[in-house]
Amino acid sequence: MFPAVFRLSTTGARTLATRFRPGHTAPLASRCYSHAKVETDEEFDARWVTYFNKPDIDTWELKKGMNTLIGYDLVPEAKILDSALRACRRLNDLASAIRILEAVKDKAGPHKDIYPYLLQELKPTLAELGISTPEELGIDKI
Amino acid sequence: MMLGLTAGRFGTRFLGRRVMALVTPSSATMASHGHGHADVSEIADMSKPMYCDRMDTPLPDRAYKDELNAADKTLKEKEKGPWNQLTKEEKIALYRLMFRKTYPEMKQKTDEWKTVMGGIFIFLGLTGLLVWWQSIYVYPAQPRTFDSEWQAKQIQRMLDMRVNPVEGLASKWDYEKGQWK
Repeated sequence: MFPAVFRLSTTGARTLATRFRPGHTAPLASRCYSHAKVETDEEFDARWVTYFNKPDIDTWELKKGMNTLIGYDLVPEAKILDSALRACRRLNDLASAIRILEAVKDKAGPHKDIYPYLLQELKPTLAELGISTPEELGIDKI
Repeated sequence: MMLGLTAGRFGTRFLGRRVMALVTPSSATMASHGHGHADVSEIADMSKPMYCDRMDTPLPDRAYKDELNAADKTLKEKEKGPWNQLTKEEKIALYRLMFRKTYPEMKQKTDEWKTVMGGIFIFLGLTGLLVWWQSIYVYPAQPRTFDSEWQAKQIQRMLDMRVNPVEGLASKWDYEKGQWK
């Protein structure tokens, strides 16, 4: 139903469920696309889940990963966030886990329905690890 | 400290701290507002990882408070256990140890624009006063060709010469009636 990754740059009148995928339209003439292999959304997600799933991930790797991920033009999929939150747990870093939730809400920008959807998807993980959302802590308001 | 950045740098002593914030890189200013340091001066050691509050960098290079007192340390120990056992206040305290501002606090609008616009207008005003003084005390006397009497005679002579009679000056003058068309 929902795409693997929410791409933010193709918004406008489009809903979350549709997004433009080059290569899925019928070729009209020869196009000048690069011949490099394009990573699919599933491959992207899998790569990032694997990154955060490293059992002995260290603080620097967590920070680098999160900062890089937030730099992309997309809101990370729930499974990537789940993996990142578990990495925070292994590093005994609750504050970073909460920060990740804040960052993801900010990444969604004007698309107000993405964050509640992600929270809903992450609810079991949040309950299991004991991570409170910024809303529960009251820090989502000034 | 060779790589230190002080607020009272040579050449900028007359600038206030606020104006310094406009000319120094933002990450240096962030760190130099004394937070976890019990430092006397506002030195930011730029050779070490620095803290920053940026929406595009959720996890900065270091925690906000790195000098922990005993209470903080016990809390950090408790953090190693199940997080379900932490109270709300403890969770907030852990967050505040690691970060200075929350995302909503980062996004808060400031009144900085008023300072900027005010500064701009002040400098424009001072410049205006300077230009006015200059026009009185510096400019030499106006050439006599600018007098309205001279200008009138000049235009009359141009009309007598029929300057630009097709589309220009003389074409706009009605020679029968002796007035502009």
